[in-house]
Amino acid sequence: MSRIGVAFDKARADGRAVLVGCMPAGFPTVEGSIAAMTAMVSAGVDVIEVEIPYSDPVMDGPVIQRASDIALAGGVRTRDTLRVVEAVAATGAPVVTMTYWNPVERYGVDAFARDLASAGGTGLVTPDLIPEEAGEWLAASDAYGLDRTFLVSPSSTDARLAMTVGHCRGFVYATAIMGVTGARAQTSDAAPTLVSRVREVTDLPVGVGLGVGTGAQAGTVAGYADGVIVGSALIRCLLDAPDEASGLAALRALSAELAEGVRTPTR
Amino acid sequence: MSADALAAEIGPLPDPAGHFGRFGGRFVPEALVAALDELDAAHRTAMADEAFRAEFAALLRDYAGTPSLLYAAERFSARVGARVLLKREDLNHTGAHKVRNVLGQALLTRRMGKRRVIAETGAGQHGVATATAAALFDLDCVVYMGQVDTERQALNVARMRMLGATVVPVANGSRTLKDAMNEAMRDWVANVDDTHYLIGTAAGPHPFPALVRDFVRGIGDEARQQCLDLTGALPDAVTACVGGGSNALGIFHAFVGDPDVRLYGFEAGGDGVETGRHAASITGGSAGVLHGTRTYVLQDDDGQTCESHSISAGLDYPGVGPEHAWLHDSGRATYLPVTDDEAMAAFELLCRTEGIIPAIESAHALAGTLQVAPRLAAELGREPTIVVNLSGRGDKDVHTAGDYFGILDKEQ
Repeated sequence: MSRIGVAFDKARADGRAVLVGCMPAGFPTVEGSIAAMTAMVSAGVDVIEVEIPYSDPVMDGPVIQRASDIALAGGVRTRDTLRVVEAVAATGAPVVTMTYWNPVERYGVDAFARDLASAGGTGLVTPDLIPEEAGEWLAASDAYGLDRTFLVSPSSTDARLAMTVGHCRGFVYATAIMGVTGARAQTSDAAPTLVSRVREVTDLPVGVGLGVGTGAQAGTVAGYADGVIVGSALIRCLLDAPDEASGLAALRALSAELAEGVRTPTR
Repeated sequence: MSADALAAEIGPLPDPAGHFGRFGGRFVPEALVAALDELDAAHRTAMADEAFRAEFAALLRDYAGTPSLLYAAERFSARVGARVLLKREDLNHTGAHKVRNVLGQALLTRRMGKRRVIAETGAGQHGVATATAAALFDLDCVVYMGQVDTERQALNVARMRMLGATVVPVANGSRTLKDAMNEAMRDWVANVDDTHYLIGTAAGPHPFPALVRDFVRGIGDEARQQCLDLTGALPDAVTACVGGGSNALGIFHAFVGDPDVRLYGFEAGGDGVETGRHAASITGGSAGVLHGTRTYVLQDDDGQTCESHSISAGLDYPGVGPEHAWLHDSGRATYLPVTDDEAMAAFELLCRTEGIIPAIESAHALAGTLQVAPRLAAELGREPTIVVNLSGRGDKDVHTAGDYFGILDKEQ
């Protein structure tokens, strides 16, 4: 079982959900992103999702777009993101990488899988890759023992849901709302239904993302899902801060609030 | 391998999953797959439905004003050294070939029971065409347009608003067509239940490249017959400009099976491909994934999309439709870059010899034709006949061209 699977099993035994925190590599700088992710781990985030910044992130809302633009303007390269993965994995927290497909294709799918595995990454979340187009990645992830997280959506048919989940390993990513990333005042009503549809076809843990920004929302999602995935709200702690120290302080505080939230599931 | 041999080997294009050889396909969020499947099914049943085809044909004839003329441009021909036949898509309603695609997709939108269309636009031509069709079909319409483009195409922004559309200037990234397309995709992911994304070119995820080709292929079907009627023979070459590439595919498609007809696509060379400031995705790019499809893309070593540059807003895009990528790889069509300066020289030449102001996009096709005509004449040992797709009119470009030529009176 992968390190992600172990984290989910442990949380399940404790009667709580896993907290997954997402941050783009290289934002605000490569070193700054390592510091931010390390701070998140120490404040209670269980799994770090390192996003590779991309010029055309069509699934992402304004916050992640801005953070990605800052990272790219700072000159972050794909190989830097692997260095971030390695540094954060050294904390002992499982590290999964989220990436749009073109940077991986450009790096070389097999080479990327090899280097991700050797950096200590557990696998990939692929927001614009569906299993039908994933032949090379299926082979490379098998070859290097990496997890594959494809997305499922409220609009997925039962047949597609079963097919997509059948190609997943590690955990399944359920997109709670029809829309792009970004914290929202309310999380979705569609998410519990989607999670129960996924549970009908797999024993894999299910993480829910898109829209979570507070401890209370994390508790609500923890009431029906195995993992709570938070990105934009954490990133905003750094974007909105006047300096690095206060940004990290805000990031630790929100991480702790979310960690408390996933330990008090609302059912 | 010839295109025919390749086609025989891999079957009709695209395959059922939308692949043109190694290009095309679907690289999209799962949230969009259901809508793409719905669109694919609607497209297939519509094209097999006699009533749909008849309604589309009637709209093209009675509303858009097609078939467009095939005009023997004699004074321009004399300067080219070839018999140039202009396919006058600039005379269509809304001033470009784009009206064909939007009417087809608007009919599909209605057939799917959707009430809202969104579109991206570069030059504004597709936005105006979409706003036009939305008015005609009583659909809500939102058009995403890069902020750089809203500034250089202000008149088209006003046109869209007059037609009842909401124009959203996009201030992200390079603030041009690529970023408008990202923003339209984000809108679609959030509103896919009641919204159709009316993509303006033969790019994007399957089924868009095939669907758009079906709606614009009338350009070539008409031109092929008109050329036979006018000259008694097929042309020696067919030329078009290529941004995303819908006008080029529209005119190429009817001729792909005619091995003696050469197909030339002219990409926007901007300041010159060697300067890095261009929009020539095939000539100066490499295979990658952008906006839902695998095709030639302007990208750096890490797969980040590079900004494109062209005097023509409609060609200023760092990708190209996947069928063009395949036509290039198969050798069936030839793609060459044309610089801003070469395009503007041809723009001026057509104005002065024929009294026709072309779109700057179409001026790239004219400039490329000027370049290949002597080679073609030498190869054939006679004056070649070349059909040029004059894909749009230049009214929208008067400000840009006026600036370029320095013929605008200074503002008070």
